[in-house]
This record gives sequence, structure tokens and C-alpha cells, in this order.
Amino acid sequence: MASEAHAPAESLALREQFETEAQQKDASTLGMWIFLITEVMFFGGLFLAYMVYRRLYPDIFAIASSSLNVYIGAANTVVLLCSSLTMVLAVRAAQLGRTRAIVLFLVLTLLLGGVFLGVKAYEWNEKFVEHHIPGPSFHFEGLGPDQQGHAQLFFSLYFAMTGLHALHMVIGAGLLAMLIWQARRGRFTAEYMTPVDLIGLYWHFVDIIWIFLFPLLYLIDRHLKQP
Amino acid sequence: MTEHVDSVKTYVLVFAALIFLTVATTAVAFVDLGPFSVVMALAIAVCKMLLVALFFMHVRHSTRLTRLVVLGGLLWLAILLLLTMGDMMSRGWVGVPGR
Amino acid sequence: MITAAVQEREHYLNQSYGLKSWLLTKDHKRIGLLYLFTITLFFFVGGAFATMIRVELLTPGGNFVSSDTYNKLFTMHGVAMIFFFLIPSIPASLGNFFLPMMIGARDLAFPRINLLSWYLLVVGGLFALFAMLAGGVDTGWTFYTPYSTTYSNSWVIATAIGIFIAGFSSILTGLNFIVTVHRMRAPGMTWMRMPLFVWSTYATSLIQVLGTPVLAVTIILLFCERFFHIGIFDPKLGGDPVLFQHMFWFYSHPAVYIMVLPAMGIISEVVSVFSRKPVFGYRVVAYASMAIAVLGFLVWGHHLFVATQSVYAGLVFSFLSYFVAIPSAIKVFNWTATLYKGSISFATPMLYAFGFIGLFTIGGLTGLFLAALGFDVHVTDTYFVVAHFHYIMVGGTIMAYLAGLHYWWPKMTGRMYPEAWARLSALVIFLGFNLTFFPQFILGYLGMPRRYHVYPDEFQVLHVLSTAGASVLAAGYLMPMIYFVWSLRYGQVAGSNPWGAAGLEWQTASPPPVHNFDEMPVVTHEAYDYASVIGEEIQVG
Repeated sequence: MASEAHAPAESLALREQFETEAQQKDASTLGMWIFLITEVMFFGGLFLAYMVYRRLYPDIFAIASSSLNVYIGAANTVVLLCSSLTMVLAVRAAQLGRTRAIVLFLVLTLLLGGVFLGVKAYEWNEKFVEHHIPGPSFHFEGLGPDQQGHAQLFFSLYFAMTGLHALHMVIGAGLLAMLIWQARRGRFTAEYMTPVDLIGLYWHFVDIIWIFLFPLLYLIDRHLKQP
Repeated sequence: MTEHVDSVKTYVLVFAALIFLTVATTAVAFVDLGPFSVVMALAIAVCKMLLVALFFMHVRHSTRLTRLVVLGGLLWLAILLLLTMGDMMSRGWVGVPGR
Repeated sequence: MITAAVQEREHYLNQSYGLKSWLLTKDHKRIGLLYLFTITLFFFVGGAFATMIRVELLTPGGNFVSSDTYNKLFTMHGVAMIFFFLIPSIPASLGNFFLPMMIGARDLAFPRINLLSWYLLVVGGLFALFAMLAGGVDTGWTFYTPYSTTYSNSWVIATAIGIFIAGFSSILTGLNFIVTVHRMRAPGMTWMRMPLFVWSTYATSLIQVLGTPVLAVTIILLFCERFFHIGIFDPKLGGDPVLFQHMFWFYSHPAVYIMVLPAMGIISEVVSVFSRKPVFGYRVVAYASMAIAVLGFLVWGHHLFVATQSVYAGLVFSFLSYFVAIPSAIKVFNWTATLYKGSISFATPMLYAFGFIGLFTIGGLTGLFLAALGFDVHVTDTYFVVAHFHYIMVGGTIMAYLAGLHYWWPKMTGRMYPEAWARLSALVIFLGFNLTFFPQFILGYLGMPRRYHVYPDEFQVLHVLSTAGASVLAAGYLMPMIYFVWSLRYGQVAGSNPWGAAGLEWQTASPPPVHNFDEMPVVTHEAYDYASVIGEEIQVG
């Protein structure tokens, strides 16, 4: 019958509802993928709003987008891609049961994630200084009063999308910290590295969101000469 | 479940491709391609997404079910986007005021 | 199982006592009961608002409440009933309890996430209750912008937060069910041997997982718009209120299938057992469930026919809306064919199933009327629509829910409910329901708008009939509340299979042991294989 938590193998957490560890791992992985699909639909609503308004106000969106620093955005994209590399190397290390390497790569991933968030904070602060934050004090230089609303729409979407993305990064950072703590205690072996695997999936997914956010927010008609 | 352990080289190559594509999309943005700018940007983004998904997220080694889940998610996003944009873009096609 | 042994045998209810053992349980059966309790509370909340609405509508003038208050009444009735009663109802109570058992699993894939999803519903519900008590919300359960974002002075944000949190409850439940069905079926339990209740619950879970996140992000945007006036739905700033409607209904249309699919699953079970015949066309019914889930996502624009959606979009959505009716109709045909030459017994669950089949058919057919653009223009936002969806939600889902509760009551509690009283209340509910809602079809057709409390004198007769029906319906709903509780102590003790049914849940004791089965089952026959059910008495009054 069920392994009623008498077995010390609870440390490897074969939960009693599962028959085998393979079943448990399969179920957990499927669960994480389904969760990621819910995230696709979650962000998807914002992408929809973006599409609707970019189509309606293409010129204003281009002007507003050009006020973002494209080089910082690109650099941040590279930072996040690096973190994806270190994350997948952490997963690989876990598959090979190399604890020290797991910790190293997870720490690097966390640091790179921190860099990304720091840069984002800097960018948002710039927007704050320039009065590009939607709300009563919003004002975009160089546009007439009837165009302010449309520009504000761009920035609303900018902050909503990058904000939601950043929130996911923060949660990811928390998860990474937890993983690092567990890895240092030797929790992960080649037989049991499911949490590393799953949080890796989450981290890569958040990276994919940014892969779309960067061109959609920063690269709108950059070739146009701005007035 | 992931019995395949990909080599470090594979990951680094994919990473290099991702960096290259990032540089490319930034550079191409400064070229006047008219309406194709958007197409180019999205195409590159999709390539990057595929690289991350297939290699970093191990989708290329995954079960049929996982792939079905991924495809399903993308399909559902497409439904949301296409049908709504279908409305937005077809407004005014028939000469009925306000529609 | 022998009577005397029930008192001594350990099962999921008596294995541990005390508040902590319930509030920290990981047992899907206990969590199912926690949900049952919670949703019943919200049913009362929603019912209280319904009572006030019907009292107000007795007279043509605005005598009982002001217009502002009336707006709050129908809003809160909708919010309570939809988000905190109907959406969780069958999946989270009966689904939680029986899905693992029906596939021969010990529990769901993620028991702690299951418990978390209950807490999320409770917390979300508390936000909504707070909003209701603090002054209410008056935007309609649909929260259309820009009224909800800019002009309403009511507790929009608190309610929206409550719905947001409850949405995550729904997502987690769906996720849990999908993984469980894929990965935790007992040996021999192939997809095509699963009971149809599992199929419909699985299809429901797909909807929950794919649709609810869009509602969540819509609520976030609503929140941002209301708080920060970012302009995303505000025409003055260039925003499009119809975008809100698209995003809202992308979830809320499939949501109605969340509400009705599990109900259909129950009907498949009940019709089969009480005709003692396998469901006719098992495969077709299973596929029809999946088809409803998929097609249900392609029709949301039929809620926007008069909302300045483009004419072409209206055409497309109207066309697609006809398709979604097909799998539902197929199920009705299959249930009917199951009955044909069956050995029919009129136990209470079966009475509710009959009610469902008839009333759901009426509700579904009137849905087809509404799918026709030309007709919809005349009856949209009238009582015709109100009657349509109440026929499905109340005549359909709630009847099926009662069917399921009665059917599985002996399994959950080890007690039989009193059959005579149960049949009487089924009859009372059926009569009360029709008296309440049939006049509303007529009212709507004659032009009575929905969400109005002041109306022309000539509509009063129909409104009085409707309110009278509501009183009867309320009495009918109270009866099971009373006798179910009564049965816990005084009901006849039930064996493991009082109905002679063929599912795995009937092959274990009533109430079931904590881990569902003493030995994990190995499945060797198809679903609804009555020939192989070992002789148990069929207990019908």
C-alpha cells in the first residue's frame, strides 16, 4: 500500500500519492508545463492590448518607443540570455550530479537576474524623471495635447508588460535562492533534480517573454528620423 | 526523464546564436523595411524562442504530450490574438456607421 | 459491508478529528467537502440577492430599492453565483472527491496545491463578501468599461481582487486534474475506459487553464485603469472599451462551459446507472466533451453583437456559435439513446437527470436563437437572455449538481438520504424553476430589458409569476439542505454500492478509506460494464 511516510526515503520526497519516482517526476514536469501555458495566456492578454493600440496609433507608438534607450535594452537582453545559459548549465550539472557546479551556475543565474532587474530599475527611474509614467503627471515632450493620451497608452503597456515581467523575475530570483540553499545542502543528485529542472523551465520561459518584449517595445520603427 | 545530457558545446552554440540574433534584430531595426520591419522583428523573436524552447527547455527531447501542451498554448494565444484583431481590423469594411 | 462494522471501520472522516485536521488536510475527499461547504455558503449569498431582486420586481415601480441599489443587487447576485458558486461547484466538490477514485488513484497529483486552491477560493470570497457588505458593487458581473473603470462609485476593486484570487483557485484545480488524469490512472484504466464524468471534468480543466489567465490579466488592467487612469479602456485617452469586452468574454464565454461540462458528466453517469445500460456512443460523448471545450473558445464575440464589433466579426462569431451547439446536442441524443430499452428506475438522481435533459435542451435551443444575429439584435439585453442562461445554469447545472450530490451522497457519507423527501423536492424544484424562468422568456421577447427594475405595467403579471416561482424554487432548495444534514445522523446506512453502479468509486467502502482503496485496483473492463458488477442490492425506494 501507500508508503505512509514511514520510509526515510521521504527525504527524496516520493509523495504517497505516487507509485514511482518516475511517475512523480513526469507529473511534476507536466504540471510545470501546464503552468507555463497559463502564463502564455496571462501575458497574451497584454500582447493583445499592445497589438490593438500599436495598430491604431503607429506613429505615436514609434515616437514613444524611440524614447527608450535601445542599447540598454539590447544589453539587458544579452544579460538575460546569459542567465539562461547559466541556468541550463546548472540543470546539466544537476543531471550529472555535480553539486558544486549546480551551486555555481545557479548563483551566476541569480546574479545575472539581479543585474537585469537593476538595469530595469534604472530605466524606470529615467522614465520617472522624464514624466513618462502614466498618470496625472504624464507628459511627453514634443507631442500635442490630443496625442498625449496615445503616448500614455504606449507607456501604460510598457510598464504593465515590463512590470509583470519583472515581477516574474523577482519570483524567479526567490526560487533560485531557495534552490541554491537546497543545492548547497546536497539535496540534488542525478536521480533527483526535479526542482532544478522545473525552475529552469520557469526561468527560460520568463526569458522568452523578454525576447518578445524587447523588439516590441524598444524597436518600433527605429529607422524613422524623430522630429 | 531527460536521459539525454546535452553537451556544453551545444548550449554555448545555441547561446551564441541567440546573441547573434539579438544583435541582428537591433541592427535591422535601424533599416527602413517599411511594413516588413515588424515581420522581421517577430520572425527573429520566434527563432530565438524556438532555440530557447527546443534546446534550453529540452523540448526537442521531450514527450509528445509536452509538445502538445506547448503547441496548444501557442495555438490558444493565436486564437485570442487573431479573432480579436479580426474584429479590430474589419471595422468599417461594411458601410454601417460605427462598426 | 456490514452495518456494525461501519461504526468501527476507519475511513476518511473519522481518521482524524479537529479543525487542524480539516484545515491542513491533503486528502482530496476532505478538500472536496471543504469546497462543498464553501460553495453552499455562496449559493445562499447569491440566493439572498436573487430574493431581493424578485421582491423588487413584483411591482412595476421602484418601490423596494433605489435604482442604484438594484444595480448592486443584480451585480452581486451574478458575481456570487458565477465566480463563487457555479465555477467551482461541481469540479471542486464532486470532481475533487471522485476524480481520483474513478481512475483508481490514491489522490490528486498535487494534494497541497489542491488545498491551496481551496484557500484561494476562500480568500477571494472574503474580498467579494467584504465588497458586498461595505456597500456593494453596481457594474454588473460583466464590469463593462468605462463605467467600471471611471464612473462607478462602488467597490469595484475589492470585488475584482476577489474574482482575481478565485481565478487562481480555478486554474490550480484545472492544472491538478489534467496532470492527474494523464499520469495517475490505475493499471488498465485506459483513456477509453474512463467514466465520462472524468472526461468532462478533464475537458473543463482544459478550459480553466487556458481561459482564466486572460480574465486575470483583464482584471489587472481594469485595476490599473481605475487606479491610475492609464487610458487602456477609456475612449477619452484613445482606449477602446470594446477591447475590455473582447478580453472579458474570451474567458467568460468558455466559463459557461466550465459551468456546464461537469454537469453533463454527471448526467452521463446517472443516466447510465439508472437505465442499467452503458452510455450509448461512449466515444462520441467523450469526444463531444473535448469538442465543447475547444469550440467554446471560438465564439465569445456573440456577446459583442451590439457592442460595435465589426459586422464581419459578428458574422464569423455567429457562424461559429452554431457549431458549438452540435456536440451538446449530440450528448442529448446519446443520453436519450441510453434510456431507450434501458431498465429505468426513478430514483432521485434520475429525476434530476430528466429535468436536466429537458431544461438544458430548452436553454440550448434558445442559445441558438441568440446566435442568430438578426434575432439577437431584438432580444439582446432583455429577459430572453436572462431566461436562456438560467435555463442552462439552474435548470441545467444546478439540477445536475443535485443529481450528483444525491447519487454520490451514500458514498461520501455512508448514509442514504430519504428517498421520498428527495423525490418531492426534485419535483418542487422542477416546478418552481419553470414557473420562475419560463415567464422570463416571454418577458424578454416582449421587450422587458434586463437589469431594469422599473417596467411597464403590462409586464407585471409575468413578473409576479416569476417571483412566485422563485419562492417555490427557494423552498425546493431548502429541502435537500435539511434532509441531507438529517441523513448524516439518521439516514439509512449505505453499503459500498447501493445503486449497483459500475465505477471504481463503488468498489470501495462507503465512506471510503483515507487512501481510497485498500488495494490499488487493476482495471479489466470497460466503463459501465454492469454485467461485471458483483451483486449488490440496488437501493431505490
